[in-house]
Amino acid sequence: MSFLSYLINGISLGSVYAIIALGYSMVYGIAKMLNFAHGDVIMIGGFVVFTATSATGMNPLLAVLLSVVVCTVLGVVIEKVAYRPLRNASPLAVLITAIGVSYLLQNVALLMFGANPKSFTSVVKVPALNLVGGDLIISGETIVTIVSCLVIMAALSMFMKTKPGQAMLAVSEDKGAAQLMGVNVNATISLTFAIGSGLAAIAGVLLCSAYPSLTPYTGSMPGIKAFVAAVFGGIGSIPGALIGGLILGVIEILSKAYISSQLSDAIVFGVLIIVLLVKPTGILGKKISEKV
Amino acid sequence: MALLEVKNLGISFGGLRAVDEFDVTIEQGQLYGLIGPNGAGKTTIFNLLTGVYQPTEGKIILDGKDITGKRTIDINKAGVARTFQNIRLFKELTVLDNVKVGLHNGHPYSTLEGILRLPRYYKVEKEMDERAMELLKVFDLDKEADYLASNLPYGKQRKLEIARALATEPKLLLLDEPAAGMNPNETNELMDTIKFVQKEFGMTILLIEHDMKLVGGICEKLTVLNFGQVLAQGNTKEVLNNPEVITAYLGE
Repeated sequence: MSFLSYLINGISLGSVYAIIALGYSMVYGIAKMLNFAHGDVIMIGGFVVFTATSATGMNPLLAVLLSVVVCTVLGVVIEKVAYRPLRNASPLAVLITAIGVSYLLQNVALLMFGANPKSFTSVVKVPALNLVGGDLIISGETIVTIVSCLVIMAALSMFMKTKPGQAMLAVSEDKGAAQLMGVNVNATISLTFAIGSGLAAIAGVLLCSAYPSLTPYTGSMPGIKAFVAAVFGGIGSIPGALIGGLILGVIEILSKAYISSQLSDAIVFGVLIIVLLVKPTGILGKKISEKV
Repeated sequence: MALLEVKNLGISFGGLRAVDEFDVTIEQGQLYGLIGPNGAGKTTIFNLLTGVYQPTEGKIILDGKDITGKRTIDINKAGVARTFQNIRLFKELTVLDNVKVGLHNGHPYSTLEGILRLPRYYKVEKEMDERAMELLKVFDLDKEADYLASNLPYGKQRKLEIARALATEPKLLLLDEPAAGMNPNETNELMDTIKFVQKEFGMTILLIEHDMKLVGGICEKLTVLNFGQVLAQGNTKEVLNNPEVITAYLGE
């Protein structure tokens, strides 16, 4: 029974990684850049909910909605201010800018909220599920997390069949040609950041509800792990983000449970190295063949 | 009134004068050729006409409207579409979806209507599917509609590029070396296709080409470019018999 409950916890943590990984993957696929500030948007999402519920006593659901709006706007603004001027710059310059934005967000949060961990009140009001006569307990947070992940995946695959979704695919393949066919490349990239950051807010709330301690650095480790998940599944691929996230979450929880909680991160990154040695483009990654 | 009027167009890249004092007037429905040796500035002119490069000086008037210095996407909306010297299809999209990307601006629905699958989404998507299939049929590509664009044979990829460009409902179609890499049979077929597009869609076409058989066969007027400047301009026959053109380009 305990194995099953570890597995479910792993899937739950993996769902959060998957939602974050989506943001990394979509942005990488379309804008061809690694947005290392993505993890810190999660943290901002958490703080918005924290402030709204504790300071103003706002309804938790409304607070989540507010947090999604704030993070969506934040993502679009970051893209416009920091990344768009570098559209034709070298990838290295963009990467360093992204790291800079990440530190900026962390330090602004540090200034505003201080370094002390805030205890985050879970926004989930779903009761825990008691199965097998109390041997298997699935928490409300776990249920909500897994369901959210499934709903987001379904909505996103619906979205990809619409015109903006198709425009994203066109932009991801050839910005220049897309533009000459009347696709608004800037708007498409903005939309990608908006969706990724909105999802990051949801991931932040789910993460903080399950692990209720919030600091300005809360987002950085899950951000890196979600990036690993995206690479794991094949960066640029939406189903890849889901698969990568779930596998990563399950490995992490199982190795914490059965091997060592100190070594779990080492094991997670070790598995990544092995996967990349065997399949450098990740599980669902596209084979890149250069014409010679 | 002419559909496209280009006056005194010029661009410099640093010290390099890539295009200088380029003038051209293309009438509605005309099939116009732009030829010249490699590096003469032909593709640069296409990039200027489509807003990829901003001209250093000069004016581009399309159908009475000044489109000089406008953004690529606005120029496309104003009615200029093009194909590329090296094929630039969306290779991972299907043949049908490639054409549909071109149709997007003409067939609006909001993102929310799309995600929620409101009736308007289905209606507009159906319209786009039908229009795209019509276009594909014209180019004999309807049977391959579900193929990935990358799986089409070369000649058909070239045709699909033209179909995708036409989907944006242009007034002026720019073809950049449409016959590049084609065998004589494919070139013959392409000549028929281009003639057909001109007649059937009443399209004004400006094309860059090295294949003199194609140029002599279908272009009504020609401009010859050499070192970024106009060397000769006029009716195809006269230009091709111009001694200066023969020395500079065709060889003696």
